[in-house]
Amino acid sequence: MKQMVSIHMPPHGGLAVAAKHLAVGYGGEAVMSDIDFNLEGGKVLALVGSNGSGKTTLLKTIAGLLPPISGSIEVLGGAPLAKPSHVAYMGQFHPSSFMLPLRAIDVVRMARFASHGLLGRMTDKDGHAVSEAMARMGISDLAKEPLNTLSGGQRQRVFLAQAFAREADLILLDEPAANLDAPARDTYRRLVRELANAGRSVIVATHDIDEAADYDWTMLLAHRVVACGHVDEILTPETLLATFGIAGKYKEGRVIIVEREHGHEGCGEHQESPSTDPPHRHAHEHTHPQS
Amino acid sequence: MILDLLITPFAANGFMVNALMAGILVSIACGIVGTFVVLRGLAFIGDALAHGVLPGVAIAILFGLPGMLGAAAGALAMIFGIGFIIRRSNLSSDTAIGLLFVGMLALGVAIVSRSHAFSGDLVRILFGEILGIRTGEIIGQLITTILIGVVASICYRPFLLLCFSPEQAEVSGFPPRRYHAIMLGMIAMTVVVSFRTVGTLLVFGMLLAPAASAALFSRKITTMILTASCIGAISVYTGLLASYHLNLAAGASITLMASTIFFLLLIVKHLFGRRAQ
Repeated sequence: MKQMVSIHMPPHGGLAVAAKHLAVGYGGEAVMSDIDFNLEGGKVLALVGSNGSGKTTLLKTIAGLLPPISGSIEVLGGAPLAKPSHVAYMGQFHPSSFMLPLRAIDVVRMARFASHGLLGRMTDKDGHAVSEAMARMGISDLAKEPLNTLSGGQRQRVFLAQAFAREADLILLDEPAANLDAPARDTYRRLVRELANAGRSVIVATHDIDEAADYDWTMLLAHRVVACGHVDEILTPETLLATFGIAGKYKEGRVIIVEREHGHEGCGEHQESPSTDPPHRHAHEHTHPQS
Repeated sequence: MILDLLITPFAANGFMVNALMAGILVSIACGIVGTFVVLRGLAFIGDALAHGVLPGVAIAILFGLPGMLGAAAGALAMIFGIGFIIRRSNLSSDTAIGLLFVGMLALGVAIVSRSHAFSGDLVRILFGEILGIRTGEIIGQLITTILIGVVASICYRPFLLLCFSPEQAEVSGFPPRRYHAIMLGMIAMTVVVSFRTVGTLLVFGMLLAPAASAALFSRKITTMILTASCIGAISVYTGLLASYHLNLAAGASITLMASTIFFLLLIVKHLFGRRAQ
């Protein structure tokens, strides 16, 4: 099933991302091919799939960390990495970065390096962007705390503040809600929404269907593009089955998992519950690093 | 009495003053470079570079060339060799480093063993000759240390990003490969100028121990660099004193001091650390 949709582009707006016949992968080997989409300014796109589905690979290709295997990708009208200060990227983090002698504010400040190169002087504007991002993520009071004394959720908020402090036109986030508690997740989602309203584009890699339902566009991935388009059209029982191996329904802002296909390859454990009560339903996965 | 113990050895002996100055310069260079070695987990490659210079030095002495020239050539061969193995095979970097490390060390010892005149040289190469440092060499060391300081301040942002995450360096417009290469070059430079002082075997200790000690207590990278340099300088001073009074090999006693300080601080942190935080 190939259901490629070119995400609608308004005549006035510039494209944040344009992918044509894009194939992404590592070391010359494609993980996914035939990816075609345009993302306009002011929209949020969720890349949804289980671990190893290719969402991190696609995100890294957009960020310019991986060269495309074939096809073309344009970011903000140029090559990826051409405008470092206009694109923010938050990857999944290695534990080794936690032993660094850095305070939370030092980590967030790094976001501003892209605008100044090696020796350019930091200005008040940078200081403002840093404190604003930290305030928005609710970590102003942690500014002077060493990174290695923070909890997993606090660190995640520091990393998110780092991504937001760049004040980029395109923000790429890999599993940003991991480790966040419910209030922090709400804060972060509200921020993403506000950034989009302000004309910035956001791409979020997630396995949280409920989070994806919050945004404008969804691309379902399972080593191929299962479906891509407006969120209401995409989150259907058939596409969810093809993506996660679960049959679910997206209804009234809730994903209802109806049944589970056993033995689906690449699919982790799912929590099944007849209740639709918990607001954040995940297709649960093991958290090993993605390929 | 105390003055006799602590000051007189330096006041009365010109070679001790030279040793102290050379040692402090080594401490500053190692404090800067060692901080990034520790934070980026480059200890093994630092070790390999420190030992890889041996055949270079041996060959240089064989042909009557300056030892430092040979050391530089050895370090360069090491860096390119490691890069080549990693690119051309699927082996991990520690395997590549290990292979070259052992090969270069063996080559060095083989060359040295060919000549009987070398036996004294080998000890000098491995353990340094800090008590025989000349003023000209101190000036050379001063210039190199300043150069390392300047490069580190220019590259501070990319180095910081590299320590945090090479991906973040890349998306911020600082190609990680370029700055990684500069970092390796700085390690090589430190090893090359320091081997005369503490020797190839022990320069690695000066690179690692003070920075590791500083890492135990630092909250900022700049603090860590300063602390590491100070701990290095203290190790040099106490090491030289111990060497003078107890008739120990100077290079070894300096490195011994540096590692002793690390373990003492580790114990202190273990005992009082939780309260301090």
